[in-house]
Amino acid sequence: MKSLGKILVAILLISTVILAGGCGPSSKAALNVYNWGDYIDETVLKDFEKQYKVKVNYDTFTTNEDMYVKLKAGGSSYDLVIPSDYMIKRMIDEDMVEKLDFNNIPNYQHIGATFKQLDFDPQDQYSVPYMWGTVGILYNKKMVPTTPDSWKILWDKKYAKQILMMDSQRDCIGITLKMLGYSLNSENLSELEQAKEALIQQKPLVLAYVVDEVKDKMIAEEAALAVVWSGDAVYCIRENENLDYVIPKEGSNLWFDSMIIPKGAANKEAAENFINFMCDTEIAFRNADYIGYSSPHTEAVKKLPREITDNRSAYPLEEDLTNCEVFTKLVNVLKEFDRIWTEVKAE
Amino acid sequence: MVTKVLKRTYILFLYVFLYAPIIMLALYSFNNSRTRGAWTGFTFKWYLAMFQDRQIMTSLYYSLIIGLVGAFIATFIGTLAAFGINSMKPLPRIATMNLTYLPVLNPDIVTGISFMLLFIFIKLRLGFLTLLLSHITFNIPYVILSVLPRVKQLDKNMYEAALDLGATPAFAFRKVILPEIMPGVIIGWLLAFTLSLDDFVISFFNTGSGVSTLSITIYSMARRGINPKINALSTLMFVCVLSLLVIVNIMMSRQKKGVKIKEETR
Amino acid sequence: MKKTWTAYPYILWMIIFTIVPLGLLLYFSFTVTSSTGTIFSLDNFRRFNQPIYLKVLFRSLKLAGVSTILCFALGYPAAMFLAGRDLKHRNTMVLLMVLPMWVNFLLRTYAWLTLLERKGLINTILGAIGLPSLSLLYNDFAVFLGMVYNFLPFMVLPIYSILSKIDRNLIEAAEDLGANPFLVFLKITFPLSIPGIISGITMVFMPAVTTFVISRLLGGGQYTLIGNLIEQQFLTVGDWNFGSAISTVMMAIILIGMGFASRYETEQEGSGLW
Repeated sequence: MKSLGKILVAILLISTVILAGGCGPSSKAALNVYNWGDYIDETVLKDFEKQYKVKVNYDTFTTNEDMYVKLKAGGSSYDLVIPSDYMIKRMIDEDMVEKLDFNNIPNYQHIGATFKQLDFDPQDQYSVPYMWGTVGILYNKKMVPTTPDSWKILWDKKYAKQILMMDSQRDCIGITLKMLGYSLNSENLSELEQAKEALIQQKPLVLAYVVDEVKDKMIAEEAALAVVWSGDAVYCIRENENLDYVIPKEGSNLWFDSMIIPKGAANKEAAENFINFMCDTEIAFRNADYIGYSSPHTEAVKKLPREITDNRSAYPLEEDLTNCEVFTKLVNVLKEFDRIWTEVKAE
Repeated sequence: MVTKVLKRTYILFLYVFLYAPIIMLALYSFNNSRTRGAWTGFTFKWYLAMFQDRQIMTSLYYSLIIGLVGAFIATFIGTLAAFGINSMKPLPRIATMNLTYLPVLNPDIVTGISFMLLFIFIKLRLGFLTLLLSHITFNIPYVILSVLPRVKQLDKNMYEAALDLGATPAFAFRKVILPEIMPGVIIGWLLAFTLSLDDFVISFFNTGSGVSTLSITIYSMARRGINPKINALSTLMFVCVLSLLVIVNIMMSRQKKGVKIKEETR
Repeated sequence: MKKTWTAYPYILWMIIFTIVPLGLLLYFSFTVTSSTGTIFSLDNFRRFNQPIYLKVLFRSLKLAGVSTILCFALGYPAAMFLAGRDLKHRNTMVLLMVLPMWVNFLLRTYAWLTLLERKGLINTILGAIGLPSLSLLYNDFAVFLGMVYNFLPFMVLPIYSILSKIDRNLIEAAEDLGANPFLVFLKITFPLSIPGIISGITMVFMPAVTTFVISRLLGGGQYTLIGNLIEQQFLTVGDWNFGSAISTVMMAIILIGMGFASRYETEQEGSGLW
């Protein structure tokens, strides 16, 4: 057993030597950015540091909810955060977001008109869109002969055990409401009850409720149909040309990840500079090109290759979006959503 | 002989089971495609890219530091505690043990959030220190659970005999007690370090800006698909530890041989 | 070594990091917050006492229980063989047991997906040798496999640590007195290894009750488990009171269960192990 101790001591020593070589970042006047993982071109950060002589501490979160709980508790000090629509609304309502000084963000003019005055920030005071997209059905053309145009195909017995659903209360209940012809922000209890029944009915057909592994699954042709975000769909289609993506005719969820400055940010000016920098045409183009999600930046989109911008999955036409809605903040029915979801998953 | 073959086969089966996914992962670190779903050719590019990724390198640094230091402190406190707990009267001992189980029992999310609230309440800035404290805390129970059985197994008479023979308590502890409990201590440290490396939820809520662990980086990547750079990094870490093991083993068997030769020539 | 003081640093540590959070948890679970303020209430517990939530609790307990038994059944022989005399490099072997866990949990589990899928490696191999493919993923088999995979070392190591210390003379004496290997195991090895077994069971069962990511990824997220439920309350719903109440109930149930284990331990001590 002594020798195991020696092995461990050796490992300890060697790793300490290796670690001593690396160095932790020092914290001078820094800009603390909080974003989703792998959701920025890192060279852009370096350029920003060089141009503005500010060090960027870049941290990542996994879900809007994780990020919210952390910011709400107040122990952290982020200057710039990139959450999604409904969460921004919630944070604005809870007085957690600073108003932006748009004089410092002249590049805001490049943001497309469609992406301004959105429901969660109707007067364009708090947020600047970063990326956007839709939710739709990714399907395998070899397994699904006819182009699906409705959410109803996810209830078709023909595809039993070939359907992948999102393991998320909000998204699952949302698209079911859409399938039934209601608003995906419905707070009407009888409509929600119908959605629950539909989801329970659908459960035997579902192969799995998946989270992020859905992309690998679809590329490997493990299932015929999956509910996915458009950004993921674009990525999957690039990897496997048998795949295609549709926004069902009943409409769907239109989502945004936008940049905001949380209340209490120590470095508001640098954060506004950062927003402006990210809206610079060249930078926005590089970033969109790296991430592969749809950019709201009109000029940057023009610079992207035609095969990307002509792709209706990534850049849908106005008519594709007619029935789409942005998630709003749920007020009274959060608990109801949770109960429905638990019941669906209890059987 | 038959039982020996059977034993070996069983152990072999077990290690194949433990290592199958690791081998899979290593293979995919050479995959040209970003996705796990398709093999599009052999490449080393992720190994190069990983060193240029600031996010990955910083979080690796913090993961290892927190893991090593946290496990060390937890092992120290936990081992001491195991002795104390063992000599307690039954009632306080049961109470202490039950409290020890609580952090193991609580879902990570509850532990994580309650630590965070505590740190904010005592006005400790979230960052490296809070991350370290939280890791030590959730590691201690595992150390106690590893060390306590060994402490129970101790032969009290040995220690007293050493004292009777004139050893100071410290000397007797070092020469008699410590070697006896060492396997438990080492295993406690191993488990603590392992858990520390693997933890995501508690780390997430108890770290501040600029301090991130590998787990946080990996989990937050999941939405966009885990970058193969991470596979490359894991493979590399794995190979490092493995080769270290082999080297130490060779060195030790040489040493042993040396000792044997000496004994024979004497 | 009757020195209780060595536990004092730990006890102090525990008061700060276990008792205080526990108090917080109890406070949340016995109150409800409304627009008019926070009041004492048992509503959270009443709400939990519904068939749907109890079902979730029992499913989680069952899953953890079966996983613990499987870990024990697979792990005990492994610990015995590792502690055996005839093994070269056994320290290395022990370290090799934990090493896979140094690769991030999410990556390991994703790798299992690649192995178990319909068109995954195992089925490809089966197909190549002319066998029919198996449905390996998104069922109970996959979930238990994942649980055993992740918790096995926590069972093997404490048992190994105690088995490797058992006095060989005891075993040899028994053999000399004519006991067969089975009897030796039953009367000597097994009883002596009980403290290790208790540690192992604790380290596997307790975290297994609240884990849910394995079931979500390998089981296809078909069922809500107690861990999900609590996490949803804290993150998605924002109902910390209900979430705390669920945690409290779960802790109470399991600590009462563990109470029996510690009673057993105390009795053991009376029999003069020391």
